[in-house]
Amino acid sequence: MLLRKVTQSPALCGTILRIPPVLSGGQRQARPVVNSRLYASEATQAVLEKPVAVGSHATAKVEKQAVSNESKSFAVNIFKGQIATSQVFPFPSVLNEEQEQFLRELVGPVCKFFEEVNDPAKNDALEKVEDHTMEGLKEMGAFGLQVPSDLGGLGLTNTQYGRLVEIVGSHDLGVGITLGAHQSIGFKGILLFGNPAQKEKYLPKLATGEHIAAFCLTEPASGSDAASIKTTAVQSPCGKYFTLNGSKIWISNGGLAEIFTVFAKTPVKDPNTGEVKDKISAFIVERSFGGVTHGPPEKKMGIKASNTAEVYFDNVRVPADCLLAEVGGGFKVAMNILNNGRFGMAAALAGTMKGVITKAVDHAANRTQFGNKIHNYGAIQEKMARMAMLQYVTESMAYMISGNMDSGATEFQIEAAMSKIFASEAAWNVTDECIQVMGGMGFMKDSGVERVMRDLRIFRIFEGTNDILRLFVALNGFQNAGNQLKSLQKALKNPLGNAGLLTGEMTKRAKRMAGLSTGLTLQGAVHPELAHSGELTVKAVEQFGIVVEELLVKHGKKIIDEQFVLKRIADSAIDIYAMVVVLSRASRSLSQGQATAQHEKMLCETWCMETHERVMRDIKTLRSSDSRRLFKNLRTISAAMVENGGVVTPHPLGF
Amino acid sequence: MSGRVLVGVKRVIDYAVKIRVKPDNSGVVTDGVKHSMNPFCEIAVEEAVKLKEKKLIKEVVAVSCGPQQAQETIRTALAMGADRGIHVEVSGKDYETLGPLHVSKILAALAKKEEAQLVILGKQAIDDDCNQTGQMTAALLDWPQGTFASEVSLEGDKIKVVREIDGGLETIKINTPAVLTADLRLNTPRYATLPNIMKAKKKKIANVKPADLGVELTSRLEVLRVDEPPQRLAGIKVETVGDLVSKLKETGKI
Repeated sequence: MLLRKVTQSPALCGTILRIPPVLSGGQRQARPVVNSRLYASEATQAVLEKPVAVGSHATAKVEKQAVSNESKSFAVNIFKGQIATSQVFPFPSVLNEEQEQFLRELVGPVCKFFEEVNDPAKNDALEKVEDHTMEGLKEMGAFGLQVPSDLGGLGLTNTQYGRLVEIVGSHDLGVGITLGAHQSIGFKGILLFGNPAQKEKYLPKLATGEHIAAFCLTEPASGSDAASIKTTAVQSPCGKYFTLNGSKIWISNGGLAEIFTVFAKTPVKDPNTGEVKDKISAFIVERSFGGVTHGPPEKKMGIKASNTAEVYFDNVRVPADCLLAEVGGGFKVAMNILNNGRFGMAAALAGTMKGVITKAVDHAANRTQFGNKIHNYGAIQEKMARMAMLQYVTESMAYMISGNMDSGATEFQIEAAMSKIFASEAAWNVTDECIQVMGGMGFMKDSGVERVMRDLRIFRIFEGTNDILRLFVALNGFQNAGNQLKSLQKALKNPLGNAGLLTGEMTKRAKRMAGLSTGLTLQGAVHPELAHSGELTVKAVEQFGIVVEELLVKHGKKIIDEQFVLKRIADSAIDIYAMVVVLSRASRSLSQGQATAQHEKMLCETWCMETHERVMRDIKTLRSSDSRRLFKNLRTISAAMVENGGVVTPHPLGF
Repeated sequence: MSGRVLVGVKRVIDYAVKIRVKPDNSGVVTDGVKHSMNPFCEIAVEEAVKLKEKKLIKEVVAVSCGPQQAQETIRTALAMGADRGIHVEVSGKDYETLGPLHVSKILAALAKKEEAQLVILGKQAIDDDCNQTGQMTAALLDWPQGTFASEVSLEGDKIKVVREIDGGLETIKINTPAVLTADLRLNTPRYATLPNIMKAKKKKIANVKPADLGVELTSRLEVLRVDEPPQRLAGIKVETVGDLVSKLKETGKI
């Protein structure tokens, strides 16, 4: 019955679905729906009734299309107010017996090397990795962890790689970056996009560390705006080589590398229009090609042991078979390389946090003030507990993502970006608190923690600044959610043919508006002892879905420019992902009856309690009318500061 | 001469771990505690691999007696350069009461079976500090022994061993086949590199039971109680020798 009403009145349908006829820019106030309860019950009835036979084929087609567009990524789905559990529950255990045993055997020697041979304080003071340490690392095989074993590497999976990188992170981030710049991004392009000839030619020497690699994207005028790079690669008339010209800055291993993955603009002819455009291409460039020089090592705040230098390309002849992927496909290569290596950062930082937490605990357990060991005081207890939770979340994210990647997941870029943001900020906060717990001792060089603090600062900046990655997370999420809304909007134009889809959506929204549960649940996925935390997460996802839709309706395409909104949305999305990863991990520990399961349960519950509060509060802020004024004020203040070249306010003393 | 060297490696609690006694005083806590190869056994393996690299011997066989986890220790030896391994399966109660006499009977039987030219062991294990297995193995085989070796050189069919003893260093020359036990300064064990660990995966480990070697494991020792060493108490300062003597008499020390 309702169905007929729907087909006769798209406007009515539109009201319930709150989709304006045209989903375009500009603000639209959502029209309030009258008698929602009435429709809710009738809608439910309509769903129970069989859809009209005529439209069923078309319905099936549209719904099939909707299903094939279904993403498995948890992050993508929360933007639609949905919970996709396949990649997050149960917590992935991807190592088979052989891989696990092999990994166990590797952990010992690597730990031993970093405890006995590597001297992080020395590396920091010398502003380079000591020669004998570099040699030891090369002999150890640390430079080719993910190169296939038939090309001289260890052929580790992402999870195994993460475990080893965690050890490096807990001891010396400077060495971590030297290794990471080499294999996580430096020659990753060859691993991901190289043809067999390129792999055979370059990987063996890269795996042994005989050749070091570097990733060359950033230029003086192009940091976050990677697409604006100006280095050029012009193809010769005969087509056999490219001439490379340009300069790159802040290249890790720039002064050491023999093999460079370089991104440059190449003129590409559009086959349809004949128009010539400049597109980015990726090249393998050998220093031995000639014309490649580098500047002196940059003086940095941290990761001093890692070599950072400018690299200049002066009429470098690059053979055409050094092209990675196809001409004009460089941007995709760059983004894939960065995306592929991101989980490594979370793993390394989880290790770093473990290391500093041990120092903080040792201090708190032994330091006596006011007659008691300081770990007895609430102020210290809160710091320690928060440090533990942040480390637990980061570690869970790292291994969930590596597990997803190893299981063949193709959609993890949002989660990877989230983990990078979370890990870098968590590590900074944890180390900062560690210094605080240690007091004056923490500030002293000998304790080794101030070095970690200095090393950590860059992690919020490189490999995609956290600010850009937040925009990426939010916009990616909005785009997916927007696409679904668009298909709903299309469906509205042919309601008869899309009856099933529409009634489903109407039911969901009507329920949401009536305050009823939409049926979203984590029951069955989450361990029964964590049911309450699961509920909190579900509520957060529901509210998040609502605010995302509201914002899309309000701003349409112009949401791209609303960075104040995007940042807050990203933060909430990251928070929700964080809740789910610990729910998953703690559930697994409880199911496996691990000795630490109750402690993990407490970490999980505490985290979910606080994070749920935070997410709800942030969503409320976003939905309030005050937020618009707040953002406007922030914008105005900033503009005034730029105009004044600094602080605007005059001195209280008048001079 | 077969050119084959048998090296015994023992899986012990890692030297850096803080040992804790079980609440029932029946032993020390081993569950979930980090274990690794006995440091003196590492030195023994290193010496054997060095001899092979110098082409003085042909094959290094690593042997360990214990439960399933002993295989990890054998794999470490393989990663350091041993050619193959033999895992003598001993588990449960038998493993708890396994002692030097049992192990030396096992090693003696294997040395005969494998026609070993040399048996190299660590001088003692850091968990029980028995310092007996090498000596007993030599006696059971009726072979000469070079214990506490800080330097080993093969000279034809004899071996020159420099031994670290209380009075200093003693140099002896013994016939082969022989049993050597490694002391601290014999060499510095190499780090197992990750590629070598990978190669070690392909090396074979044979499984053997003590019964197959004709060794029975009944123990003639019973551990009654394990205690932590007494807490060290603070000392007191005294002014004169007279005070010292009277204080010592007071506390019953003299």
